[in-house]
Parts: sequence; structure tokens; C-alpha cells
Amino acid sequence: MNPGYRLYYPRWYRKRVPIFWWLHKRSYAVFIARELTSVFVVYAVAVVVALVLTLNKGEPAWEAAMSRLSHPLVITAHVLVLFVILFHTITWLNLAPMAIVVKLGDRKVPPTAVLIGHYGAWFACSVVVAWLLLWR
Amino acid sequence: MSETLTVPETVILEVFRYRPEVESEPTFDSFEVPFHPEWMILDALNYIKDDLDGSLSYRWACRMGVCGSCGMLANGQPVLTCATYLESLLPGPIRIEPLEGFPVIRDLVGDIGDFMNKLSDVKPWLIRDEEKPVEDGEYLQTPSQLADYKQYSMCINCMLCYSACPVYRLEPEFIGPAAIALAQRYNLDSRDEGAEERMDVLSQHDGIWGCTLVGECTEVCPKGVDPAGAIQRYKVSATMDYFKSLLMPRSSS
Repeated sequence: MNPGYRLYYPRWYRKRVPIFWWLHKRSYAVFIARELTSVFVVYAVAVVVALVLTLNKGEPAWEAAMSRLSHPLVITAHVLVLFVILFHTITWLNLAPMAIVVKLGDRKVPPTAVLIGHYGAWFACSVVVAWLLLWR
Repeated sequence: MSETLTVPETVILEVFRYRPEVESEPTFDSFEVPFHPEWMILDALNYIKDDLDGSLSYRWACRMGVCGSCGMLANGQPVLTCATYLESLLPGPIRIEPLEGFPVIRDLVGDIGDFMNKLSDVKPWLIRDEEKPVEDGEYLQTPSQLADYKQYSMCINCMLCYSACPVYRLEPEFIGPAAIALAQRYNLDSRDEGAEERMDVLSQHDGIWGCTLVGECTEVCPKGVDPAGAIQRYKVSATMDYFKSLLMPRSSS
């Protein structure tokens, strides 16, 4: 018998959520990975913004920044960051058709079309950036 | 190689027990039940109740996947026990627990009052600015207008999505997947004019913005409702409304 029990007084049992709840299921772990990788997206944006600000400080500052960035350790780290951001981008874009339901007249645009549109836009932006950086 | 079809004679069910008058912490009881390929988990629970231990408490009603009362965790996965074959969880033991996120009253019975309150908060009924007189006839709807919300109207309030939602478990103030999907069911109905009223509840922090898009609600939904999609669509339309009101402050909508 449970001495704390009183007749007609309900005693609910509430399960605690463990700190590592997100390790209990693969889909939860993937979700946490997708959310955490956004930190690296912020990092990449900060690097670009810092470079733009450096441009304003004249050529010596720019050269110094460039030599820092071409250090082998920095390059290795940035390649890793690139893969992490690719994971973030792909998992994020794959969710787009869930949020965006487009209707043309009476017909619903198929989710794959929305997906292709997003990947297409991503590809087009990448081409423009690559053109600016590499061929101009 | 000989193909052997191993159909077990019996299967073990480890059932979550919580009898507040007896124990302050829950325990698990093991029951050996006969295995039949046509049996659902619910059939095994009914066998336990009828033949092994009449004190086992759980909810069920329709046995055909429409009443939404028999949702439980089977091996950690939220399922409708009347629609999940024992066979799909062989060889066992099969662990049966109450849905997560709801305080347990007894054994497999959770207190669902919180969900019931949230459900009525989102006003899941047709709201009209002005009711048409009966003589004017019914509100007509085209098949395409019906298709806009039909998916969301399939919700049976079984709360599997709440059990699968880590946000709800961590922050019980979150309105939750099914309530938002049902709000969306009425918002997308061409006969309804209550979207703005519902937005008051849903645009709050504990409304749509509480959702972080884990997506498990949609995975576990036995009716293909896609609550995660409903919430994301709601976020998009709420954002569009915000920018519209910013750009055209004088238009009333």
C-alpha cells in the first residue's frame, strides 16, 4: 500500500523528460543536428561580413585577412564547415514543400515542383556567386 | 535453404502499471498472451483484462481506428493499439506504456484535460461574420475547396502527435500539433470566416511559433493529417499577413 495515497484524491504520475531525450530516436537526433548546424551558418555569415568590413580598411588589412584565411588549419576547418552547412541547407530545403503549398487556379502544384524550384534557386544563386568570384 | 515460418505460440507483453493506491512509482508487469496473427495489440490487452488481470486500466472504444481513444506507446512508438498488429512487433517482449506528455492517472490511462482545453481554445467550428438565413440554402463548396481542408478534417484527436512532440513534452504550454491542424482545417474551409479570431490564440509564443519542426507528429499520425505541414503553412501565412499589414497598414485584413 502507498501511505501517501488518499481515497478520491488523484495522484498523477508525471514522467520526467531526460536531458538526452533527443538521443532516444533517430528522427530527434537528426532534428537536433539540423538545428545545431545553424550555428555554423551564423559563423559563415559572420566571416563574410567581416571580410566586407575589412575591404573598407585598405589593402594591407585585406592582405592580412587573406593570409590568415589561407592557413592550412583554417582551410581544413572551413571545408568541414562547408559540409556542415550543406547538411543544414539540404535538410532545410527538403522541408520547404511542407510549408509552401501553391495553388494555380484549382490545381495544387505538386510538392516536387516546389522542391525543384528551391533547389533551382539555390543553384542559380551559387552560379552567380561563383561567376563573381572565379571568372570576373 | 529452407524457409521456416516461425509463428510463436505466445508473446510477452510488458505492461506499464501505475496504481496510485499501491505504489508511488510505476512498475512493469509481464503477461504471456497467446499469439494470433490477426490480433492487434488491443486484442492482447483485452485478453489480459478478461483472463489474466482484471485490474488493468486502459481506454478503448471503437476497435476500428476512428474513435482515437486507444493510443499508447508500443516499444516506445506512439500507435493506435487497435490498428497495430502484434505481429509487427515480434518477437517481443512488447513494451506497452501510456502516451508520453500526459500525466498518468492509472496504468495506461492519461489525463487528457489539457488537450481538451487547447482544442476548444482554437475554436474548431465554422465561424461566420453573419449567419445566412436558412431559407437562403446551404453554403456551397466546390470539390477543390473541399480538397483544401479535407486532409486536416481526418484528425480523430488520438493525441499520438502530442506524445511524439518533444516541444509539448518539454513545454506543456505549447498548443500542440492536433489543435493547430484543426484550427487550420477551419481556416482553409471556404465557408469559414474565423481565421482572424483563431490567429489571436495561434500567433502567440505558445502557438505556432512554439513549433520547431521536429516533424514527428506527421510521422506518427495514423490518419495522414500532417500537423507539421499545417503548422508550417500557418507560419507562412502569419508572416505574409504581418508584412501585408506593414506595407498596407490601411487595408483591413
